[in-house]
Amino acid sequence: MTYVAKNLTTGGRELIAFRVGGREFCVNIMSVREIRGWTPATAMPHAPSYMLGVVNLRGAVLPIIDFSARLGMKAAEPTVRHVIIVAQVKSQVVGLLVDAVSDILTVSDTDIQPTPDIASDFERSFARGVLAIEGRMICLVELDQVFPHEEREAA
Amino acid sequence: MDMNEIKEIFFQECEEQLAELESGLLRLNDGDRDPETVNAVFRAVHSIKGGAGAFGLDDLVSFAHVFETTLDCVRSNRLEPNQDVLKVMLKSADVLADLTNAARDGGSVDEARSRQLIKELEALANGELPQPAVSEPAAKPAPPAAPVAAPAPAPVVNEEGFQPVVFSFDDFEASEPPAIEPSTFEILFRPKSELYAKGNDATLLLRDLSRLGEMSIHCDMDELPALGSMNPEAAYFAWKISLKTDKGEEAIRSVFEFAEWDCELDVALAGGDHTGTGEEPPMQPVPFDLSLLDDDVPASSGAAEDEEQVVAQREARDDAVSAAATASNVLQMAQTARASAESNRSAAPTSSAAQAAAQQAASAATPTIRVDLDRVDRLINLVGELVINQAMLSQSVIENDTNGTSSINMGLEELQQLTREIQDSVMAIRAQPVKPVFQRMSRIVREIADMTGKSVRLVTEGENTEVDKTVIDKLAEPLTHMIRNAVDHGLETPEKRVAAGKNPEGTVRLTAKHRSGRIVIELADDGAGINREKVRQKAIDNDLIAADANLSDEEIDNLIFHAGFSTADKISDISGRGVGMDVVKRSIQALGGRINISSKPGQGSVFTMSLPLTLAVLDGMVVTVANQTLVVPLTAIVETLQPEASAIHSFGASQRLISIRNSFCPLVDVGRILNFRAIQANPVDGVALLVESEGGGQRALMVDAIQGQRQVVIKSLEANYTHVPGIAAATILGDGRVALILDVDAIVAASRGQTLKPEMSLAAAG
Repeated sequence: MTYVAKNLTTGGRELIAFRVGGREFCVNIMSVREIRGWTPATAMPHAPSYMLGVVNLRGAVLPIIDFSARLGMKAAEPTVRHVIIVAQVKSQVVGLLVDAVSDILTVSDTDIQPTPDIASDFERSFARGVLAIEGRMICLVELDQVFPHEEREAA
Repeated sequence: MDMNEIKEIFFQECEEQLAELESGLLRLNDGDRDPETVNAVFRAVHSIKGGAGAFGLDDLVSFAHVFETTLDCVRSNRLEPNQDVLKVMLKSADVLADLTNAARDGGSVDEARSRQLIKELEALANGELPQPAVSEPAAKPAPPAAPVAAPAPAPVVNEEGFQPVVFSFDDFEASEPPAIEPSTFEILFRPKSELYAKGNDATLLLRDLSRLGEMSIHCDMDELPALGSMNPEAAYFAWKISLKTDKGEEAIRSVFEFAEWDCELDVALAGGDHTGTGEEPPMQPVPFDLSLLDDDVPASSGAAEDEEQVVAQREARDDAVSAAATASNVLQMAQTARASAESNRSAAPTSSAAQAAAQQAASAATPTIRVDLDRVDRLINLVGELVINQAMLSQSVIENDTNGTSSINMGLEELQQLTREIQDSVMAIRAQPVKPVFQRMSRIVREIADMTGKSVRLVTEGENTEVDKTVIDKLAEPLTHMIRNAVDHGLETPEKRVAAGKNPEGTVRLTAKHRSGRIVIELADDGAGINREKVRQKAIDNDLIAADANLSDEEIDNLIFHAGFSTADKISDISGRGVGMDVVKRSIQALGGRINISSKPGQGSVFTMSLPLTLAVLDGMVVTVANQTLVVPLTAIVETLQPEASAIHSFGASQRLISIRNSFCPLVDVGRILNFRAIQANPVDGVALLVESEGGGQRALMVDAIQGQRQVVIKSLEANYTHVPGIAAATILGDGRVALILDVDAIVAASRGQTLKPEMSLAAAG
């Protein structure tokens, strides 16, 4: 707790880094509720292709988004080795299917570089910046835009 | 705890008091003359008044006060609570409820109505009988009341030739009655020791009184005993006050508002025009005999307490032990005495009445607590989880356990039983008797009866039948509609009833009972029944049925549930806008219920509603569609059948119909319509569920297989996702997976060509 507090005062933040399709992304740790293993989802009718369906999260109905497909990459073929990041997006809770969680990063705001403007419109709507950590490039994403419900308002 | 919270509690209590008041009045209306019933009614109004006074809700206080005054006349046997009196009182109870609601929600009330009722109540209190039709002996109320009515209506012309506005009680509602000529009142104020015991002070009351006008006080010390025999805590003084004020009697009485229980108070108008002045102090302008209140139960029990105290004191002196120890001794003694009294009572078979009374007292004293609904809901959710978890555990044990006789299995069975029991008990917490809704209906009946000029009696049965709170809340609206319909359309006018050889007073019977895990509510009227010819003609006129359609009586009766159908000749204020019964049916169906009607010409109609006991769970048929598990609400399913190839007929390019007993019904592939598969499945391989939708149309829904029937806990999809067309909600099955609950109405609508696509373009997002 004190560690987090110290980071907050110095403008630092904690991020959870995860891998999807060989690329690395990270999200603010404060929006992550829990991380759990993949369980088969119930398909939803008329859902976009990246909506894998819904699972039971201790009695709540949790929609699962294939993060890879959401970013326009190859759709994932979920296995037991896949991981669901349960995240709070505004008032809702959603699950993101990712390949693996790789790291917890503590960075300061100055470490975050602006998104290069060569990125496609689509990716830019998620990306909030890039980080260079030990020679890797990690893309910081904002989850507010991930969910289709928000898409309508943005459009 | 801040003021608002206290106020909230007050309003909650008000609701209880109002319910108590209404049920008490209805009991009186049914001929109950038990003084305790009258007392209960009186207490209810008094508590509301007291609380409202503390919060400065003047409208409420003033109305409650007049109501209370009239009730007091009933209590002291000066007013016979006959039907007409009770009619006024029931209406007053309605207005009191309105005023309470207005005070809480800031709405407005029908002031003309409350003023009218205040007049009627005062007339009753003054011994005037409400309607000339009453032949009750007027002897009792008349004598004390006669001089009362006199001063008010007699116009007095004073020396300036100015005719004063006659002071009437109708005006007291406005806190400052306009232009009342100052008049002199003779007030006798004799406090009792209780007044001082409750922290009131005669001096303060007198000071308040002096603010009303010019006042001269005479202290009456006649009762003051010699110092030796004086009890320092008793009250001996009385005051005779002569007060010249322009505020009127009500203002004087309101000074004594909170002391009136504990004193003798006489307020009389003095002056030449008044016949009764100075003759005898007990002259009462309003029959408002406060001394009677002292004979009340609390007072006597207080006396008993005093006795106990005396005993305790004596013992303390005698034994020189600590007072506390003695008090506990006394308590023990009292308990033994009560126990022996009880054993005596059970020994004597004749005292069964006393026993019944004791039982009643016991049931009334069942302790209750108020709990936030949220907390209960959270508990219910958790227990739902527990049940699912337990089912999952059992399943995995069965899968892994090869010998099948292990102690784990036995333990699991016990666990299963326990979880079921926990679930049932938790559900029971939410269950509430339907009584409040039924009581509200009696008010609706009164109002409609008044408006239509019909005479109606509402009989309720099974009002203690319990059902989930959410169901109760949602039941009120359709029930109101149906009651209005029953009185407006169902019952005939008194003349017609007499002509048909019936009791001129119509009866509407509202019954609730449990039947096979559901609550069944019946609304029966003894009116003319459904005019089938008229209904049929109307249906033909409105193009609902073909002119030559061959319909059974039952089918004709059920036509009234169609949208835009009303048989009322003229559109009335009450019902008949054609939004009636179809709305009722839809709201009942939204509750997962069904509604039926049966009618006998000349004998009346019976509406039967069958509702689930709770909205948290649903009876569903678990089916498989394109490898997905879905749940179809059981209430929507009419029948299930295995289609034969010969019964399937192609219609148009892709439509198929199934013939069921020679009528053709469109076949809807659920998997196709939900986009679970690209091409329609072969109907012969699946099962058809014949469903009935809100529009009344039947459809055969094709599913691949039926897994079984089961109660499922409803889970919201919208909480974390969005609304999905064709899907009503989700649930979690025994294996821990989410299953979707089908929205049958939406599916049927979609099969009619309406789009089932969500408005937002999800495709674009992908």
